[in-house]
Amino acid sequence: MQDVIEGRVWTLGADVDTDQIISGKYLTIIDPNELKKHVFEIALPDFAKDARAGDILVADENFGCGSSREHAPQAMRAIGVGAVVADSFARIFFRNAINLGIPAIEARGVRAIFSNGDTARIEMTAGKVTNLRSGESVSFPPLPRHLLELLEAGGLVEKVRRELEAQAPAGGTR
Amino acid sequence: MTPSNGHGATIAEKVLARSAGLERVVPGQIVEGAVDLAMMHEQGAQTVGPFHQMGATKVWDPDRVVIAIDHWVPASTEGAAVLHRILRKFAAETGLPHFYDVGRHGICHQILAENGWVVPGDLAVGTDSHTNMLGAMGAVATGIGPTEMAAVLALGRLWLKVPPTVRVNVRGSFGEGVTAKDLVLRILGEVRTTGATYKAVEFDGPTVRHLSMPERFTLCNMTTEMGAKTGIVAPDATTKEYLAPIAKHPMHPMTADSDARYERTIEVDVDGMPPMVACPYSPDNVRPLPDVAREHVRIDQAFLGSCTNARIEDLREGAALMKGNKVAAGVRFIVSPASTPIYEQCLREGIIETFTEAGAVFTNSSCSACFGGNMGILAPEEVCASSSNRNFPGRMGAKEARIYLMSPAAVVASAIRGEVADPRELR
Ligand code: SF4
Repeated sequence: MQDVIEGRVWTLGADVDTDQIISGKYLTIIDPNELKKHVFEIALPDFAKDARAGDILVADENFGCGSSREHAPQAMRAIGVGAVVADSFARIFFRNAINLGIPAIEARGVRAIFSNGDTARIEMTAGKVTNLRSGESVSFPPLPRHLLELLEAGGLVEKVRRELEAQAPAGGTR
Repeated sequence: MTPSNGHGATIAEKVLARSAGLERVVPGQIVEGAVDLAMMHEQGAQTVGPFHQMGATKVWDPDRVVIAIDHWVPASTEGAAVLHRILRKFAAETGLPHFYDVGRHGICHQILAENGWVVPGDLAVGTDSHTNMLGAMGAVATGIGPTEMAAVLALGRLWLKVPPTVRVNVRGSFGEGVTAKDLVLRILGEVRTTGATYKAVEFDGPTVRHLSMPERFTLCNMTTEMGAKTGIVAPDATTKEYLAPIAKHPMHPMTADSDARYERTIEVDVDGMPPMVACPYSPDNVRPLPDVAREHVRIDQAFLGSCTNARIEDLREGAALMKGNKVAAGVRFIVSPASTPIYEQCLREGIIETFTEAGAVFTNSSCSACFGGNMGILAPEEVCASSSNRNFPGRMGAKEARIYLMSPAAVVASAIRGEVADPRELR
């Protein structure tokens, strides 16, 4: 994870729930590359075809509420979303995103300073999001160490893999 | 326990302190909690990949893992069949004995409840957001994603931020036709869908202490719609009586200290409260049911089911109202019990006959029409009266479909009238 993340912004409203990110009818799809074709079908119909790797989502309150489906952040990761910034997140979505290595940043007031297509600059340890078009910015409490480490490892899979490896007796097989 | 800094602990704080092996914890603290019970449903199929990628080969404690398939049972699509097969293979390879497969299936949360898998003092996690329901046992029970579940299966623990607790203090008695569902809808109307995000919701007060376990399940189930990490009811004689014959593990009942610190206390008086309904498109868009009934909202479908309200008590109450009545012309009424044992009980009590004679479809136990991916899917502009817990756009099919959330009795009344109806008007 880089300390500074920049990207083109897609804006979303409040209470975007996981049904609007990935509808219930796609839940039997496991392949993230299939899933990504349907991401935000309800909330942002153009996103799946026009999004580029590194794009940043900026949402209002309670982003990702609803079910625990990891399909939502998985599809976003498959598209290559650089970060999700929101006024606030629903808790399972927040965990899932971080566990998959997607920077999820809670920054009060962030939605109000962005329009679709702006460019955002996120400074992770400084705790600042800036709209590079307008110059406006909001600050946020940087993520706790534990979560930064998770993101740095590239997500939970890699972190646990290292942990299990460290536990294994030297030279032993798992 | 005498706290050192002058105030006591809530139930959630005590449970998390126990799971982390600490004397006490405070809200905001990140702890590593030892998991007492891990539950997976179909979404658990996505746990298998990360589990292997982590280099894990063994599950930390196979006796604390439950697999309960429920969303597509029996498999209704090829995709679902593949998910089921992945889980069966994984269970066989890693030696997981507690698999509630087709034939002894049910909605995962009901399976945990009726088999005593979660007991007071537990930290329970499941790959479903409504795992909160099991907090009714006096536990911290919460939903996690499948990648996180892989880490839990490998290590038997996970990181948690200790939540602040919101206390909901309920007094008064339910009037005729008013249920725990109406109470939780009323609370949602006040707390809203973001009002308890990351928090624990502890239900207390004389009314709650008199609620049965099924009613407590309904309350805690919908704390998910408040954004909460878990819903909790203090374990008492009712909890112990329910669990005594079925508990799978020793209980560690914990109650809040009298000087526990709550982030907020909400007082609710249910005396004189009417039945409630959550209107489209959010579970917090709550209005008194009589007001909506006066608007004669026509329905196309009624659904009595889901982990919120499809226990035997719900179906009995529904059947009592249904008896001697017919489903309105033009309405499809789907009734789905929450588990196979409940289905069998309905069979014994003639409940299935009552519903089918009235023109309803009584299905096998599963999530059924609740989530718009299996059966009972709504077309654009259709309207459904439902005993489930969510009515976001697209929840039961088309995004333009409109869902009204209400109690089982109100669903049956609506099925009979063909419009959103107040169950008290049928009696
Ligand atoms: S019944 Fe509905 S809310 Fe409950 S677990 Fe199934 S899909 Fe989820």
